[in-house]
This record gives sequence, structure tokens and C-alpha cells, in this order.
Amino acid sequence: MRDSAGFLPDFAASLHRTCAMISLLVATNSVDYLILLAGEGDRIMALRGTSVRRREDAPLLRGEGTFVADIEFDNPAYVHYLTSTMAHAKVLSIETSVARSMPGVIDIITNADLDIGPYPSANPLFDEAMIRPLLADERVRFVGEPIVAIVADSPAMAADAAELIEVDYDSLDVLVDVEAALDSDVLLFEGTVEGNVVCRMEAEGLHPDFDSCEVVTQVRTINNRLAPAPLETRVAAAEWTADGRLHCFNAGQGPHPVRAVIASILEIEKDQIRVVSRDVGGSFGAKARPSPEEALLGWIAKRVDRPIVWIPGRSDDMVGLGHGRGQVQYCRIGGTSTGDIKAYHLHVVQESGAYPAGGAGLPANARAMLTGCYDIPSVGFSSVSVVTNTTPTGAYRGAGRPEAAAAIERAVDAFAMEIGMDPAEVRRRNFLSPTDFPLVTKTGSSYDSGEYEASLDAALAASDYQELRREQAHRRLNNETLLLGIGVASYVERTAGAGRSEYGGVELLSGGKIRARTGSSPYGQGHHTAWAMLVSDATGVAMEDIEVLHGDTDEIPQGGITGGSRSVQLAGAAIWESSELLVEQAKRVAAELLEASEEDLSLDTAKGLFHVVGTPSIGVSWQEVAEFVEPHADGPRLLHAEEIFDSEGPTFPFGTHVALIELDTETGAVKLLRLIACDDAGVILNPLLADGQVHGGLAQGAAQALVEEFRYDDYGNPVTSNFADYSVISATELPMFERVVLETPTHINPLGAKGIGESGTVGATPAIQNAVIDALSHLGVRHLDMPLTPEKVWREIQGRPK
Amino acid sequence: MIPAAFDYQKADSAEEAIALIVEHGDEAKLLAGGHSLIPMMKLRLAVPSVLVDIAGVEDLSYINDCGDHFAIGALTKHRLLETSDLLLAECPLLAHVASKVGDPQVRHRGTLGGSLAHSDPASDLPAAILALGGSLIAEGPGGSREIAVADFFTGYFESSLAEDEMLTEVRVPKAPGASWNYQKFNRRAQDWAIVGVAAVEVNGATQVSLVNMGSTPLRAEAVESALAGGASATEAAEVAAEGTDAPTDLNASPEYRDHLARVLTKRALEASGVS
Repeated sequence: MRDSAGFLPDFAASLHRTCAMISLLVATNSVDYLILLAGEGDRIMALRGTSVRRREDAPLLRGEGTFVADIEFDNPAYVHYLTSTMAHAKVLSIETSVARSMPGVIDIITNADLDIGPYPSANPLFDEAMIRPLLADERVRFVGEPIVAIVADSPAMAADAAELIEVDYDSLDVLVDVEAALDSDVLLFEGTVEGNVVCRMEAEGLHPDFDSCEVVTQVRTINNRLAPAPLETRVAAAEWTADGRLHCFNAGQGPHPVRAVIASILEIEKDQIRVVSRDVGGSFGAKARPSPEEALLGWIAKRVDRPIVWIPGRSDDMVGLGHGRGQVQYCRIGGTSTGDIKAYHLHVVQESGAYPAGGAGLPANARAMLTGCYDIPSVGFSSVSVVTNTTPTGAYRGAGRPEAAAAIERAVDAFAMEIGMDPAEVRRRNFLSPTDFPLVTKTGSSYDSGEYEASLDAALAASDYQELRREQAHRRLNNETLLLGIGVASYVERTAGAGRSEYGGVELLSGGKIRARTGSSPYGQGHHTAWAMLVSDATGVAMEDIEVLHGDTDEIPQGGITGGSRSVQLAGAAIWESSELLVEQAKRVAAELLEASEEDLSLDTAKGLFHVVGTPSIGVSWQEVAEFVEPHADGPRLLHAEEIFDSEGPTFPFGTHVALIELDTETGAVKLLRLIACDDAGVILNPLLADGQVHGGLAQGAAQALVEEFRYDDYGNPVTSNFADYSVISATELPMFERVVLETPTHINPLGAKGIGESGTVGATPAIQNAVIDALSHLGVRHLDMPLTPEKVWREIQGRPK
Repeated sequence: MIPAAFDYQKADSAEEAIALIVEHGDEAKLLAGGHSLIPMMKLRLAVPSVLVDIAGVEDLSYINDCGDHFAIGALTKHRLLETSDLLLAECPLLAHVASKVGDPQVRHRGTLGGSLAHSDPASDLPAAILALGGSLIAEGPGGSREIAVADFFTGYFESSLAEDEMLTEVRVPKAPGASWNYQKFNRRAQDWAIVGVAAVEVNGATQVSLVNMGSTPLRAEAVESALAGGASATEAAEVAAEGTDAPTDLNASPEYRDHLARVLTKRALEASGVS
């Protein structure tokens, strides 16, 4: 007999299926790509608002990008982390002597060797006893927690040596279920204030009045744990340069915040560290802070006196990178039998994972967005974040706002079902009115602008909602096997909610070219295209003569993370305003050249020429300005302007998504037939880039609603830790998306722009979940948790009358 | 994820490959498309000392018309099966099932022989070959032998190939004009079937096989007997889970798989014209 696998078949069954590679292709709308070849003759219009193609794509598609793993170092060493295979255990001993003697092994490091750490707390609200060491000390608290760092001449040598290290564990009782952990005698940490509780939050002074409600209904809904799974893992490198500074390479969301964390851990001054992020293959919020494994690299590089490179694999990242979502939500909603919502309360039990990170703080965002787009007279909120023996949770595509929207959109649907009213109509009756803006919500969010009913109308019209309802009724009447479900979700979300200022600078270079520096570091968004459009519009210089620099703490004085859908409205605004300042400087030079008064000059941005008002035939170009200034300049920056844009507050994009699903009552299979997304994110800078953001968000919404869930067994073993078992959605499961774009400007920034990076996820997730429940509502089904897998749906149908 | 160290040997012919696996014994693994083996090696679940690469043995990639059957080389890629005019005309079930394997990348690398030798009960092609009822040619140091497909799959990822044997050819009966259908139920197009059902008419009898309903691909014998005894599609489908041993995994419980086997069998029979 030939056993083709030759090992435990249980493992083989799923793991060998890794071969199904994920294609992250997302269906695209037919967009008329308006390609403006800036520089060829006169410009006929502004670039803003047009679908300029991504300048980033050609080099990336040719393989000319520079990712951290592409960087060549002089005599590098490689680190491999041996991680815990136990969810909760005491570490009795670590035997490293055999591994130490292996060829190529340079060093083996355990917690006992460290003179730095722990990892700094992400939030002052968290229980201070819940401290995360950089490497596990006498106790491990989740599968995937790093215990030993193995340093070797090659990645393979380090991985081979790791196999020879023996960790002796004494297993402890494991907590996987977050609500069980809340009441358990098993404690992950000693000396805490309240058992396994990381923190509690509430909305002070707010008390929902359900007593006066005619109808009150409740929903318990699970917002399923997700793996962020960016294409590029947490690849990182560190080396000490000859001048005694630490040089770090990061594949995250912005080098400046990374530098701050590393400086704090290594206890060195920030200016002694340079962090560089070049091309980055995605993050979705998950890599906003360096993981402990990355933060340790500089310390290891000093210890072994060589550059250190860390290239974690997919399986490492599936348990090490942090997870998103992970909430149990208790929604209570009440109102009149005629559809007026009078009271709403949300209680959130947030999975923190083994160590409090960003995730434990996410209920604050759910509180901020508690009531969504509705005018509800009385509300309340409470939350508790709890540690369990699972991967720590963190920010992920929406970070608390999709969770808030999922809760209230599910609750509104449950309320509509309870009173027998169309869910779209219930929404319409309870929206905040456009005349209410700007306003401050009961939980303190300052909404800037909103046209919620207009978005509902547009989405219903685009979906032909009434016709869908007729077809749904027809199929039900005929007792057909394939039923239709129609889901509606109206959302408002908060963008640029954290980190309200951002840096932008522009400088005139020789030949009339411009270099822009941005504090916001992209990982797929298209900053280089977008910022060059802004500079070009402000100055009239052709896009091809505009270079954008990002991701280097030595080259850019300050910066925040790219996250929370903040970049265009903050970093874009800073680029825009600094470009305007540069124009003013150049105008002074041009005035000298034209022997005219500065006040009499104007810039023709179509031609890129300064001229005296009323005399357009005589102009001074940026090149001429550069030539004039160059002899007097000190260095390559001929003129220079910079701006830190401070916004007065977040912006609040909104929209309505309608999902149409077909449900096979024999198998429980759900097929997403249509997804109509009406999104209003203020003024759109580049519709093509916005499409990309929305499409990705819609795909993630469909994925959470239908397929994705990170799961553990009862012993805390992750059972979805590779792409064979964790179902990342692909283009084949998605319909062509139907977008309806509204543009209600915000007054918060000079571009009138709100964020668009996450709204797709915010709206699509509840729309699709609601659609599946809607398909079965005539059978009495009132709620189903995500992901809506075929077996779950089939079991719900069992025993119900046809 | 880095595989453990291994030696790499490239074979230019079946003879050379067999000589190498004879030489290295159970330390050696044959590498064809590699879409199952390589991920297992990267996860260090498979740790062969020697990889014998047969992907370049070009004379084992063919689809030959042999009168009443087709002879298909073991290294014929799924993509060739999927697009073969010969198969589309006279063995359309096999071409269609090949088009349902994985995604285009997998189908351009994966081979029919590799899929059969891997003997994954969740794979599409083994069940298709089982429904068609062909035979397989294995070559070893002592020459070649023909194995009836019914005798080939012996257990979970286990076949009746000996350690020093290599699968070289697959023979499937022609079924021109026969009714056929394949039902693959999965959550994503590229995934393995949660349950699959292949039905095909061969010499006037309807033959049915099941994917992922036990430790090997299975013939739905209860269904076939019922049909032979005059049962309707609906009646025959009711016994689809009889004699099976459906597994539990992340996607489905045995109870749900049994149910799916009945629903999909009914659909496959009805679609292939069994009333």
C-alpha cells in the first residue's frame, strides 16, 4: 500500500488543500476611464473628479516594486520565531542546546535573555496587569505566541533549528468563548481589577426608555472574528548603520507611528531611528502597529551585530497578525407599532484575545456610531472587553464602525419584522433629516452632513426594490426551491476619527518639477496618483513632472497611520494647501521676472503659466521660475512649502446598500445575485480609486456575511490558520457590483472629501445578512448569525413548515 | 513556511522515475503538478528526502482514441482534459469534471495521474473516473499491470499502487451520446467539494459516484441497484447516503453531507435524464 501522504490524515485532509491559491480579484464596474495625458498640450479641465489611472500599477505589475523582502543587506541574518502550540500553559523549560549546535545558527533568544519590554499598552483604559512580554515568559496564552527567536544565516537554517527546540509545557484550562471567560474562575492574568475583564465602557448619563414603547424586540448577534490576511505578511528588517542609528524596514501603515513604538520599546530616542516603508502589500488596519516580533528586530540586530530580516509565512500571520471584529452584541430596540423607533440599547461583549491590543478598545467606536443614521429619542450603551486564549484582536477595515452598523441595522430589521412593516420604510421614517445638520449625536459624534433619505431612495430605485419584492412574493407563493432575499442597510460611518492632523509638503526642483512629501504612507490606496493630481491641479505642472515621496521618517518630518479612511481628507488637504502656498511663492518670483506687481499676477493652471491678469499671451513657466531661483538656492529644493492640516473633526460618509440573494431551500446555499451600493463620501477626488476602495469593501462585507470566520476548537487550537481552511472570498462568489455615487460635500476640509476606504464593508455586511434572514422571514426566522454557511441555513429551515 | 531540506532529481522518462523511486524507497516522492505535495512540504507535514520530478516526462501527456476507450497519459493536465475535443465528444463527463477542479492555475499544473495517485476522497477527478469505471496502468520494476478503477482507491489518501510503482496511464470507456451530469457543492468555486455526485450512463446502466462521502471516492451502489430495479430518480436518490461514511470537517457535519448526497444525487439523475 502506498500512503501518498505519509502522515496524520486528519491534518492532511485540510492542509494539503492549501494548493487552492486565492485570487483576490474583485469584479469591476465598467468605468469610462478618462485618461488625461497631462503635459500634451493644454489641459481642458481639472484632474480632480476624473478617473486618472493609477501610476503605481505599471511598475508593480512589472515586478519592479520594492517590498521589504526585496531589499538586499550586507551579510544579513534571519530570524525565525518558535511559537506556542498550546493555547494556555505554563512553560516549564525550553531546551535549545541541540538547536544551538546546528549549522548556521547564530543565536537563540528567549525571554530570559531580554533586557527590554514589555510591549506598551495600546490604551490607558486597559487593565495594567494584562501585560504582553515581547517573548513569552513563564506562561503562554495563545497558539501562535512567540517564545523563542532563532537567528541563523538563512531562513531555512533558522526554521530547521526551530524544529529541534523542545518546549516543556504544563497545560492550563483554556478559555475560548468570550462570554464564558467573563464569568470564569480561570484567569489569564494575576492581579487584575476584575477577572478577565480588560475594560468596561458605557454612555454616561444616557438611559433608554423602553417602558413607553409599544413594541420592544431584542437581538443577540455575533459579529464574527475575521483574519485580515493582507497579501504581504509582517515582513520586516532592521540594521544598525555606521553612524550608530537604527534603520528599520516596515510593511505597515506608516513609518512614524512604528518608529514611536520601537523607540519606546528599545528605549532610544526617536531621532536615532529611521523607519522606511516602500511598497506595501496591504494591511487593512492590522499592521498599524508593529507586532512584538517586529519590534524586537533592532535589539537582535545589535546583539548579533548583523542586519536582521524576518519573513513570516502565511500560517504565522494567520495566528500572529491579530484578528478583526469578534463581538457578541445584545441589541434592544423599541418604538411604536407604526414604525417610530423610540429607544435603542446596545451591549457589546468584545473579544480581546490573549493580550489587550487595539481590539479591546473598539467598543468606543461602536459607541460613537451607536444610533447610525437614525433620530432615536432615548439610547444607551455598555460594553465589556474580555481576554481569552486566542489571537489578540485589533483594528480591521472599519474598526468598530462596521460592528456598530451591523448591530443597529440588524436591530432595525428585527423591529420592522416585529411590527410587520417594510424595512426600507422603517428606515425612512426614522432618518435624521438633512435640515438637522450639523448635529451632535447623543453619544457625542459631530455629524457634518448627510442626505440619508436621498441615499435610500437612490439605492431602492437602482435595485428596482418593489419589483424585487413582487418577485420574492411570487416565488414564495409557488413554493419554489430557490427563494429570494432582499436586504437593506443604511449606514453612516466616521472617517478620520483618530489622528486629525497630517503633514504635506511640496518643493520646486530644477527644471520646474515638483516633489511632494506626504505623512500618509500608502499600502495599495493610490496616494501617488491622487496626490500628483492635487499638486497638478493647484500648480498646472504636469503629473509626470510631479514626484511623490512617502514612507521615510528621515525624509518626512511627521506622519500618522494610513487608516480610518483618513488620507485624502487630511493628507490630501495638506498637499493641496501646501501646493497653494508654493504657488504664492512662485508668483513672487514670476512677478519679478515679469516686472509686475504680485497682486496683478494669476496662475493659469491649464497651461502652468503665470501671467499678468488680462495679458495671457506673456507668461512665465515653472521652469523659468526654477531657472531664476536656482543660482540662489541652497540645495535641490528651490522653493519649499509645507502644511500640517488640522481638521476640526471627523467626517461622516453615509449610504444605503441593497443586497439580493437567492437561497436554495434544499441545500441551504446562498448566492449573492446583486449588490447595489449607494455611497456618499463627499467630493470624490478620483472615481477609479474610489471604485477600487468600495469594491474591496463590498467584497469583505460579502465575505464576513457569507463565508469568513476565524475559528478555534475547544482547546484553543486555531482550525482556520491557512488559506485552505480560512475562506477568503474571490471574484467567482461575487456579482458585478452596482454603484450609485452621491457627493454631498463636507465643510470640514478644503477638498469637501470624506473617507471611502471602509464604507463598503460597513454597508454591505448587514445588507447581505439582512437579505438572508429576509429570505426566510415568512417561515418565522428572525435572526441568523454570520457567516451564513449552507449548513447553518439548512438547519434553520429544518422543521419549519414549507 | 520553508520545506525541510530534500534532494531533487529530475526524471526524463517513466523508466528513470521508477528506477529512482526503487533506489530511494519510501524516502522518495514523485512530483507532478505539485499543488498538493508542495504545500504539505512547506507546512512540514510531508518531509520526503528525495523529490523525483516527473513533470517534464512529456510522453506521458496524451489522449489517445483506442476504439472503445480513451487512453490518457498520467501526466495529462486538467486543462487538456477540459479542452479536449475527443473527450468533449465521446466522454464529456470527464472533460466537464476537469473544468471544475480548483482554479485555472491549478488546472494548468495539476495532472490526472497526480490527482488519482493522491487519492483524495474530496477530489473531483477520482470520482469521475470511478463513475466511468475505467482502469489504470501502473508500472514498476517488474513491468506493468492493469488495475480496475474499482480496486484502486483503498483508503484515505491511499491507493493500491505499490511503493515502487508509478501510475502511467488511465483508460476510460467511451460513452458517446450518453447522458451524464456532475453536481459539485462547495462554498467557493475553487474549493474542494463538500459533496459531489457524478452520474453517467455506461452501456445502458446509470453509474453514480460520490465525492467526499467516505475515506475514498465511492460508487453509490444503493442508488445504482435501486435504478436497476426500476426506481425513479427521486426514489433512488433517497438511498444515496447508504453505505457511506461521511466525514466531519469545518464545512459540514455527516448528517448534512448525507442530506446533500441525497439532494445532489436527485439533481444529477434528473439532469442526466433519469426520470
